[in-house]
Amino acid sequence: MLWPHKDLLCITQLTAAEILYVFRMARRFAEINTRPVKKVPTLKGKSVILFFVEPSTRTKTSFDIAGKRLSADTYSLAASSSSLRKGENLKDSALTLQAMHPDALVLRHHQSGASEFLARRLSCSVINAGDGWHAHPTQALLDGFTLSEVWGDDMAGKTVLIVGDIAHSRVARSDVLLFTALGAQVRICAPRTLLPAGVRQWPVEVFSDLTEACKGVDAVVCLRLQLERQKAGLLPDLREYARTYGLGARHLSKANPGVLVMHPGPMNRGVEIDAALADAENSLILDQVSAGVATRMALLFLFLTRKDATDQGDARGDQVESPQPQSPSLQED
Amino acid sequence: MPGPDLIVRNVLWQDELVSLWIEQGVVRRLAPPDEPCSEGEQLHGGGALLLPGLIDAHVHLREPGFEYKEDIASGLEAAARGGFSAVLAMANTRPVNDSAAVTSFMRDRAAATHPLGPRLHPVGALTKGLVGQELAPLAELAEAGCVAFSNDGLPVASPDLFRRAMEYASDLGLVVIDHCEDPVLAEGASMNEGRISGLLGLKGQPVVAESMQVARDILLAEYLDLPIHLAHISCRQSVELIRWAKARGVRVSAETCPHYLLWTEEMVQGYNTLAKVNPPLRTDDDVLALRQAVREGVIDILVTDHAPHADHEKEVPMDEAPNGISGLDTALSLSWKLVREGVLSPQDLCALWSARPGALFSLPVNRFQPGDPADFILFNPDLEWTVTPETLRSKGKNTPCLGQTLPGRVVAHGIAGKILFHNVDAS
Ligand SMILES: [Zn+2]
Repeated sequence: MLWPHKDLLCITQLTAAEILYVFRMARRFAEINTRPVKKVPTLKGKSVILFFVEPSTRTKTSFDIAGKRLSADTYSLAASSSSLRKGENLKDSALTLQAMHPDALVLRHHQSGASEFLARRLSCSVINAGDGWHAHPTQALLDGFTLSEVWGDDMAGKTVLIVGDIAHSRVARSDVLLFTALGAQVRICAPRTLLPAGVRQWPVEVFSDLTEACKGVDAVVCLRLQLERQKAGLLPDLREYARTYGLGARHLSKANPGVLVMHPGPMNRGVEIDAALADAENSLILDQVSAGVATRMALLFLFLTRKDATDQGDARGDQVESPQPQSPSLQED
Repeated sequence: MPGPDLIVRNVLWQDELVSLWIEQGVVRRLAPPDEPCSEGEQLHGGGALLLPGLIDAHVHLREPGFEYKEDIASGLEAAARGGFSAVLAMANTRPVNDSAAVTSFMRDRAAATHPLGPRLHPVGALTKGLVGQELAPLAELAEAGCVAFSNDGLPVASPDLFRRAMEYASDLGLVVIDHCEDPVLAEGASMNEGRISGLLGLKGQPVVAESMQVARDILLAEYLDLPIHLAHISCRQSVELIRWAKARGVRVSAETCPHYLLWTEEMVQGYNTLAKVNPPLRTDDDVLALRQAVREGVIDILVTDHAPHADHEKEVPMDEAPNGISGLDTALSLSWKLVREGVLSPQDLCALWSARPGALFSLPVNRFQPGDPADFILFNPDLEWTVTPETLRSKGKNTPCLGQTLPGRVVAHGIAGKILFHNVDAS
């Protein structure tokens, strides 16, 4: 498959076939992560800038490991570094970054639309690692990949519930788009104060009662609750939130047998999710972390070899249907 | 009887070819096009539409304090080219126009840079520093030449202070213009609250942030039996409240802008900061309600809310971008789009952009009756132009029209019988 996209900004850009192609690539890369020597030369000589204006150890580490396992050079630019500090005009940041000639930029930013803003100004690939409340496409892809490892690629007939602060969650927005693209039914459950405007027009069923929402679901995604929502007047207090919207065994008993539990992390145990549930057998929370590295390896591979594929223009084209794409560059070091 | 100083020949007034005779700065009469007269300067209109000079009751000229965005010279130049013979300039300058010194400075700058006009009428701050804590010296401001008062941009939250401001202004015979916005409901918003804000992950401003304040103002105006003018109305709910108030005889008047009649929140897709304006662009339903309200006179006048900003200020993520659209250059062309779409008639335009704002703010208006001020424009509706940074006279290039082709150009502009420009080739 010729990867047609310069940037990964939002799940809406991707067709279902492209999403599944990412999963297939991720499956191949996941295997590398289990080898004694976890490194291949695939992206040798490529440079990836990790530009995390909003701090996130977890996602940044995941991208960093993914890049290094493919032999790309990764450079971290923290928000606090002198020239690219938070508060600098983003356009000037873009120009500075452009002058460093990276092959890809992974951006985490506290403002919705920041990745699109940079993508329009940079010639390199921009991968959105979370922008404001808008989108977190790589999280959605790794969530989908995690579920596809259990369910297979066809999610028709499955029901996924997302519970928590939907309004301020880029993960929720991207998950809804991805799960529905793959044929799953999606439900969301939150107090009205944490639902986004216009949610009735989303392709989801909306619940305010978690027990009702859990009836007959196959997977539950718990979202992290930002503790400042209470101060913003959106919640009375955390104890009440935990009692009403914290996922517990009593809710899951209404779900379908084998129901899976997910959380994008980092968790507030006892707030969004009962502490024991996070460690239970049907919890995929740690699988998500592993899947994160594999999925990001797949994405870096696709975006960083995109030009090469275009230049060759033949050999690796049109292989979207192939479950085992012939990638000579996947050979071991 | 002395002869005319100026005859504008061969222009269309209400579907008839006429010539406009001007004498000592005022209209002498509309005459048959070929009525001979050997006296006075002759200006050939080439069949262009004759319209009164427009009045824009809501602009931000940025001087003093923000001359990099716009100054009085560039703002009035954009006004002149856009067909405006008079503008009301809001007080959110730096320093704020809350003293006679600032008012006089603005008027002096206008006279120095544009001695023939357009005329600049300052709007004084309602509260000191626009902070909303203490009344500004309204009598001093009125004496210095302010024609109205407003806290535009920083609406007064306290109903009590707002009431006192209305009462105090009424003694001076001047109207209060309110930017209707509940500051708490609107806090941090960068677009309309609704479907698109939900998808883009942006904080939205709900329509009730506007309509609640509209309701407050209407109720105060009725209780006090005082006039109130509501700025840049953007949504159906406000329109319905204003219609109700007018039916009750409340002394309320209202304005909206061409952008609320033409565009919706869809314009913000792709995080388009050029479409970030306050109040925000709303929905199709709001556009329909506003169009009807403008036709019916529920909304009395059109204004630009001309809000120029520098490019670098808009080239930022949505949350950081300042609100505003640069409007003086494009207002008449956008209004003409509404004429083409059958929303408004050319007569409506004269009322919305000239007669009614003149009446509301006690400014002289040209109805082409003998003795009216000879403020006029010649407008060629068939001439199209493409909006580029170069074609805009304002320093502010911040308009979602960039790159669009718009109908109609002002080909000549006269104020008090003096020609500001006449581009005969363009007609
Ligand atoms: Zn305003």
